[in-house]
Amino acid sequence: MSSLTNSHLLGLHNVPKQDIELILDSTDTFLEILDRPIKKVPTLQGQTVVNLFFENSTRTRISFELAERRLSSDVVNFSASTSSVKKGETLLDTARNIEAMKVDIVVMRHSAAGSVQFLSERCTSRFINAGDGAHEHPTQALLDMISIRQKTKTFDGLNVCIIGDIAHSRVARSNIYGLLTMGANVAVCGPASMIPYDLERLGVRIFTDIDEALHFSDVINVLRIQLERDAGANFPSLREYHNSYGITRRRLDTLGKELLILHPGPINRGVEIESEVADGPSSVILPQVTNGVAIRMAVLYLIGTRAE
Amino acid sequence: MASYLFKHARIIDPVAGLDTQKDILVVDTVIERIGEGLSASDAEVIDLKGAFITPGLCDMHVHFREPGQEHKEDIASGAAAAAAGGFTAVACMPNTDPPIDNASVALFVYGKAKGLPVDVYPIGAITKGRKGESIAPMIELREAGAVGFSDDGSPVTNTRVLRTALEYASMLDLPLIQHAEDPQLFAGGAMNESLVSTELGLPPISRLSEDAVVTRDLLFTEYVNGCYHLAHMSTSGAADAVRAAKARGLRVSCEVAPHHFTLTDEAVRGFDSNVKMNPPLRTADDVQAMKEALRDGTADAIATDHAPHAGFEKEVEFVYAPFGIIGLETAFGLSVTELLLDDWLTLPDLIEKLSTNPRRILRLPELRIAEGETANLSFLDTETQWIVDAAQFRSKSRNTPFHGRQLTGRALGIYNNGQLILHR
Amino acid sequence: MKFLQTILDAGGFDRMISRLAHEILERNQGVDELVVIGLRTRGEFVALRLAAKLGDIEQQQVHTGVLDVTLYRDDVRNHLRQPEVRATDITFDLNDKHVILVDDVLFTGRTVRAALNALMDLGRARSIQLVVLVDRGHRELPIRADFIGKNVPTSRGQEVRVRLREVDDTDAIDLVSIEE
Repeated sequence: MSSLTNSHLLGLHNVPKQDIELILDSTDTFLEILDRPIKKVPTLQGQTVVNLFFENSTRTRISFELAERRLSSDVVNFSASTSSVKKGETLLDTARNIEAMKVDIVVMRHSAAGSVQFLSERCTSRFINAGDGAHEHPTQALLDMISIRQKTKTFDGLNVCIIGDIAHSRVARSNIYGLLTMGANVAVCGPASMIPYDLERLGVRIFTDIDEALHFSDVINVLRIQLERDAGANFPSLREYHNSYGITRRRLDTLGKELLILHPGPINRGVEIESEVADGPSSVILPQVTNGVAIRMAVLYLIGTRAE
Repeated sequence: MASYLFKHARIIDPVAGLDTQKDILVVDTVIERIGEGLSASDAEVIDLKGAFITPGLCDMHVHFREPGQEHKEDIASGAAAAAAGGFTAVACMPNTDPPIDNASVALFVYGKAKGLPVDVYPIGAITKGRKGESIAPMIELREAGAVGFSDDGSPVTNTRVLRTALEYASMLDLPLIQHAEDPQLFAGGAMNESLVSTELGLPPISRLSEDAVVTRDLLFTEYVNGCYHLAHMSTSGAADAVRAAKARGLRVSCEVAPHHFTLTDEAVRGFDSNVKMNPPLRTADDVQAMKEALRDGTADAIATDHAPHAGFEKEVEFVYAPFGIIGLETAFGLSVTELLLDDWLTLPDLIEKLSTNPRRILRLPELRIAEGETANLSFLDTETQWIVDAAQFRSKSRNTPFHGRQLTGRALGIYNNGQLILHR
Repeated sequence: MKFLQTILDAGGFDRMISRLAHEILERNQGVDELVVIGLRTRGEFVALRLAAKLGDIEQQQVHTGVLDVTLYRDDVRNHLRQPEVRATDITFDLNDKHVILVDDVLFTGRTVRAALNALMDLGRARSIQLVVLVDRGHRELPIRADFIGKNVPTSRGQEVRVRLREVDDTDAIDLVSIEE
């Protein structure tokens, strides 16, 4: 198998194991390129990639843009902080505009779940979901997974716990789908108000006690708390959240084992994770960033050169 | 004067207990004769072999958008859609712009509907401006022809207003039609809260939002001996509450929309905004509960909640799309396909849910198929299979999730107000 | 795929590697500045054997590496095929080295073109010399090999199938027909 099943990457839900393996396996190639003096290959020469960002995200956009440029594609950035609705245009109008611009690949970020799928079904361009609402963020989950695999070599029987606001997290959803497919045991941990309805039916273990969750885990993925959105609505205060769910050295020291620690960034130091932990030897937060460029190159390569 | 002789149809009238193969001669607005082998030299003969003639169907829950949003629908186009769907009567919800919260807007609706083959009845708003703060002039609204009261689209949440409105409506012997929703729980929701909403990451609407309001409303209804009608019931919990209230003898009725006995929230997986409506599509258990409620009489009526929206309004992000789908032209086909073919209801049962009961709830005159009675008839076919094609709709809007779906049974047309509308 | 004839058997294979090694040494006067780079996948194993042979003769370790040219291929770019992309593995500096580029079969020349571009991105070699086991003709680009194991005239409907111990059951080079 050397091609993906689908011509878009909309999420990891129902993506077959061999596709995830193919992306992860291809990533080594691109990591090697990132170590070269000339960090560029001509693979996507002549292809146009538009980064269609309806929601601000400097980090994700830069990571994609680096990946796109290192594959020699022509890159166009289109940022709009408002939805098409607010401009008086429909999402379908947006789709027709993209069609008319003859773009090969669309990397799209949007605050509304399902928008990327909506456009992908109405355009001939190939779509890569760079995050849609609380739905999916597949490249983030893939970079998390390669960062895990580099350390653990396998997902089989690996205990991975995602900690934070699961209900509103696209990163959590994509990680859950991908990790379950790859054979990991997946758990989530957070206050009950942040666990979405019926989640356990996906085969996910649920912890509301952080120490129990850490005891279970080989790997933890600590989600960013959205300061502006969550405090007050889903939990009483940041102080209480930090005391009850923050990842601290002291907490980890009681475990008698080392955990692998991931965080999709940007981190709120002293809220969901303590600096000493984020910067410590068990953290792969910076390798995650490097892996992010490589995994996006792999995805762009596999989507962009997929035979018709 | 129009005169038609309908031949070879089977006549079903559940009120009269009629089920017979006879011809009907109508002259203008009256059923002149019913008999076998009728002939009339000056009447146009309409052969309805294989079809049913029933009392005219009534959709007690439609949005015709006039006045204010005529780009979605107007009373004439809505009535045309109703006629194509086999309905001779509809009740319009008052969430127009301006809303039907005073006599003049109710009279405006009657004025616009004058001369149409479909009777269009206004439902008056419960509160002024549908703001939920103080009740509308309900006596004047009834005098202007309002057939019920509702703030549909929004719930009445102020419990003091709710009590007063229930008392007023009961005094006027008209139903208070509640859109049961808790706005705080609902806040920003886009689909039913379930495993599907969890998987899709769409903002969820809990069933509690409906169940809690219905449960509370029934306590109020019992206390003031009100006359309460639950609009677009969608949850098993609400059905259980209504069933229990009926057993206690409360004056309560409710309706179910065809999409709520046909589709589940699994349909949202495609993020098509044509499956976005309020209340949202629920689970398979709820669909089953709606069918049970229709069968055991808990649910009195089938009503479409026909809610037209223009393409440009619906072709947007799922969370930003307005709620609602159109339903007049698919209601009968869905009812036959989902309820009649699967033996949930017999045809006379179905006619009760689509004609007798909604007319009774809205205090409209009872229809009879008998000589000398008003000729208010629907022509229905329960066997033809067809594929829904939204492009063929008479409605101005196309927002249906049923485009391309194969249905069994369709309305052929109506005869009402001396006018024959036949689509064959 | 239909077998037509054997071009080379296992014994002939070793002799061919040996001869190619001697030719390379003669042209380059020793291995001091020499590195051997094989093209994935079969060129990789030919390169390893050639480097071993060069090392044996000169009693000196010869650097070898593997080049994956998938990302430089024009057929990939044009959606014609999508081979599995694997990592390039060259752990030494190419600058000012004589690069011995090794592949099994030279055909259209497009793979070699991709390899030359890839090598340029990795450094400025003093020279690049191409070694192939078989040159079967049908070039589509102005490329030729410096060292050739065997010239085998073929038709378009034929294919040269190289089998190597490392990945196949045996060492052999066969001419096969790919026409139905």
